[in-house]
Amino acid sequence: MADYYDENDLSRFAEIGKERPDLMEKFFAWYGATLEEGALTKREKALIGLAVAHAIQCPYCIDSFAQTCLETGGNTEQMTEAIHVASSVRGGAALIHGLQALRSVEKVSM
Amino acid sequence: MPLTIALPVFDAKLDAAGQFPLRAAEINTLQVNVGKRCNQACKHCHVEAGPNRTEEMARETAELVIDALRRCPQIATLDITGGAPELNPHFEYLVTEARALGRHVIDRCNLTILFVPGREHLAEFLAANRVEVVASLPYYLAQRTDAQRGLGVFDQSIEGLRLLNRLGYGQPGSGLALNLVYNPTGAFLPPAQAAIEAEYKAEMGRRYGIVFNNLFTITNMPIARFRHFLECSGNYGRYLDKLAAAFNPAAAVNVMCRSLVSVGWEGTLYDCDFNQMLEMPVEQSSPRHIKDFDLYLLSRRAIVTGEHCLGCTAGAGSSCGGVVA
Repeated sequence: MADYYDENDLSRFAEIGKERPDLMEKFFAWYGATLEEGALTKREKALIGLAVAHAIQCPYCIDSFAQTCLETGGNTEQMTEAIHVASSVRGGAALIHGLQALRSVEKVSM
Repeated sequence: MPLTIALPVFDAKLDAAGQFPLRAAEINTLQVNVGKRCNQACKHCHVEAGPNRTEEMARETAELVIDALRRCPQIATLDITGGAPELNPHFEYLVTEARALGRHVIDRCNLTILFVPGREHLAEFLAANRVEVVASLPYYLAQRTDAQRGLGVFDQSIEGLRLLNRLGYGQPGSGLALNLVYNPTGAFLPPAQAAIEAEYKAEMGRRYGIVFNNLFTITNMPIARFRHFLECSGNYGRYLDKLAAAFNPAAAVNVMCRSLVSVGWEGTLYDCDFNQMLEMPVEQSSPRHIKDFDLYLLSRRAIVTGEHCLGCTAGAGSSCGGVVA
């Protein structure tokens, strides 16, 4: 995996906008705005980000949001709970598809 | 072709914000580091203090500090730090003399010192002299606090805070100020001070029945033990980049070095306690020893800066009194 993922890419993120800076600018503005304090605190948003990062298994996002959790005063207990929520939703999503499997079996069974 | 020399990163940031060179303003605080001896050896300590350090301010130097205060009534606050400042045999002399001059006195206390044999009277002494206590507590949970300050420090710190609370510290209307210090337990920046203060107040009350006045968030400076940690853990470059990216010109206007003079254990004058540990005294044209203390000249000095200054200007800024912007 080391050949495919480089932690230094995180600080080079903006370079992906080289071809279409207008689109990248819109993305960064939107991205930044979503993480600002609102009805949810910055830490709550960071924990959501961390949970989603685990669900989509993005190492850049995991690194980034783990740091953001710390920098908003979060602790590893809170981060672990958020990761469990993401994991249980993923687990539940897999498990409920079991009904499809059972239906498929039922369809061809006597 | 004219020779141009690139400014170091911090000075270049100041220059771009129209604030270079940084100059002192009105000096209202004398911060005195009375020595490097400490009963703890915290992993982030910029003083690299510990039980084996022997540097400590002599009585003659302490008397020069009091003389300077006597001559300069504009200096409202004596801020005493270390090491564990209370281990210096002349700590109580400094406190009582400064109080007799009507000055506000701050003790930067590690809390565990309150239980060191021979120092059991300390909490009552501080209360009797109405000394403001600024106490380190990097988090409201034991694991992160002990990871930085040493095994068992958290539990004893809680006992120290309870003792101070019993004496009236942090209690509404007592006039005995008890302020806590949050500093990150690793290579990351502190959270927003108001938000983490509210959380500390709720958690310290709910978990331990402790009250306090304010929480100051302080950024770790990339020097001494913390720098060693950054280098050993491969975080140094990234941390410096983080500080530089978070440079805030509004914080630079209010950095603490503009309103204080720092005195070393041997009497040398510095712009701050961090410069003191880097052995960077005030600029050459200023008085450089407490025996030559001249408020007029010192309040017009240019501040000696370095890369580490980025720590005081990142985000909402950082000082011994927390955020500055």
